[in-house]
Amino acid sequence: MPKTARDNLTAPPQNGDRPLLLAEGLTHYYGTKRACRDVRFEVYPGEILGLVGESGSGKTTVLKIVSGQMAPSSGTVLYREAGGAVLDLHKLSEGRRRLLARTELGFVHQNPRDGLNMNVSAGANVADRLLSGGARLYAEVRGRARDWLERVEIATDRLDDRPGQYSGGMLQRLQIARNLVTSPRLVFLDEPTGGLDVSVQAKLLDLIRNLTGTLKLAAVLVTHDLAVARLLSQRLMVMKEGKVVEAGLTDRVLDDPQDPYTQLLVSSTLEA
Amino acid sequence: MRQQRKNKPAEIPTASLEEGGSIDRILKSQNLSAKGPGEEYNFAYLDEDTKREIRRALLKAVAIPGYQVPFAGREMPMPYGWGTGGIQVSASIIGKDDVFKVIDQGSDDTTNAVSIRAFFETLTGVATTTETAEATIIQTRHRIPETPLAEGQIMVYQVPLPEAMRQLEPSEPETRSLHALFEYGLMYLKLYEDITKHKEITISYDYPVLVADRYAMSPSPIPRFDNPKLNDSKALHLFGAGRERRVYAIPPHTRVKSFDFNDHPFRVQGWENSCAICGATDSYLDEIVQDDRGGRMFVCSDSDHCQRRLRLASQPEAGPPERLASLGQEAQDRG
Repeated sequence: MPKTARDNLTAPPQNGDRPLLLAEGLTHYYGTKRACRDVRFEVYPGEILGLVGESGSGKTTVLKIVSGQMAPSSGTVLYREAGGAVLDLHKLSEGRRRLLARTELGFVHQNPRDGLNMNVSAGANVADRLLSGGARLYAEVRGRARDWLERVEIATDRLDDRPGQYSGGMLQRLQIARNLVTSPRLVFLDEPTGGLDVSVQAKLLDLIRNLTGTLKLAAVLVTHDLAVARLLSQRLMVMKEGKVVEAGLTDRVLDDPQDPYTQLLVSSTLEA
Repeated sequence: MRQQRKNKPAEIPTASLEEGGSIDRILKSQNLSAKGPGEEYNFAYLDEDTKREIRRALLKAVAIPGYQVPFAGREMPMPYGWGTGGIQVSASIIGKDDVFKVIDQGSDDTTNAVSIRAFFETLTGVATTTETAEATIIQTRHRIPETPLAEGQIMVYQVPLPEAMRQLEPSEPETRSLHALFEYGLMYLKLYEDITKHKEITISYDYPVLVADRYAMSPSPIPRFDNPKLNDSKALHLFGAGRERRVYAIPPHTRVKSFDFNDHPFRVQGWENSCAICGATDSYLDEIVQDDRGGRMFVCSDSDHCQRRLRLASQPEAGPPERLASLGQEAQDRG
């Protein structure tokens, strides 16, 4: 048996799955202010890992680091690509990292306007990754864009509308379609339901759960909403002041919190 | 202006005249030169160091076809948008033996063309021409002449927006990264949008091209009709953007491909009409509205090409069809 998670990541296939992503010793400073300290975790294929904590606890910083958008002050992020090779995300060339980011990875922003190109049609937003990947048949690209709109439950007659004409919930679904069109293996979700009303939230959560299930997609989900975390994630990490205070299976963490902070967090949730 | 001052002593303050100074001395006392027009400026307006700096940028541009090279653009005695980039490039490369031609919208007689030609006539004294085949440097806005370009000729373009992706990506660092990493998905996004909206690619001018299979480039606002002329051209093409301070180039015999989709290939514009003046069917035609009752005519935008065809057609000894057919070959021979 491999001894450490790092060995496990690089080891030949075992009966069980090997992790897709391994983050070790992530520490990051903004100036002299520490945003996260010695964060380590792994993500396995097909699982959703929840990351909860209050505002300013370092969740988003960690997400930016593991998605390759920002280099940490120290620590490494290893990713096992589809071909099997293990890559240090922050030692890749920029071109390679960007290629990875638009093929095997996905990033869903809290504000869909950050993740969408608001100046082109919805169809073009979905087509973007395909065109970057070298698709040169208009009809085919358009067909796949229409397909994906259907899969995220947007009426296909809205294909040529600008995202500006979409509602908040539709925008978020469009952003998801834009990310999933290249069949990524790992998606980062930053508060995907933030700013949406409750019924739209429920529909979106349902959609995300279905898609991750059918596509065998792994995801890292950042949220401050424990209900969202319980619904979507199998494993949960609780962060406070840049440190991971508790981690484990979602149900265990939420039903039997060990750390005083987690206990506080769980007990302060409003009952519906 | 200077000449007027010299010829009209009445404009000089009378007090100075009464002191008995010569006009030269009076002008000098007012920090005005008494030299003739053009003499107080360096050859081709810019100083030699500036010209050398621009030529260095141009050499780099030629070495990396399609790549935008920054240069220290100078203030020119005209507003941005009037061709300051092209003029600086022309001024940097022009020599005493050059023959200079300027076209604007294909024509030698529009205001801009006449003014820029006069600018160089005054400040260099080089010969100017309207005939494409005779020119060694052709500064242009909007068109590439119909007469095929020859080896040794240099086209100078006035470029308003050098970045082909600017419309879709406002950040300069980002577009530079896209160029560096050869990520041109945005180009296709632009075409995708166009086809989606209009069922076909409707970009009629400034149609983006890929130069030497490497750099995406804006060919400046030439009609897409002229794009094929850039491919494997015998001439050197230099592009100058004054406001954005960029130069770029297409060296002779470089592969230049217009972006397109496999199922929506690049096509040039065509007309059902022929030129109302010379009858040409294969040139780029301008539509001229003649009255408010729908009257219009189509004429060649390339005025030199049109007049040349007329001249040749009026020569009785050589029948027009053969003469016209040999036009292209003749132009090549002359170059």
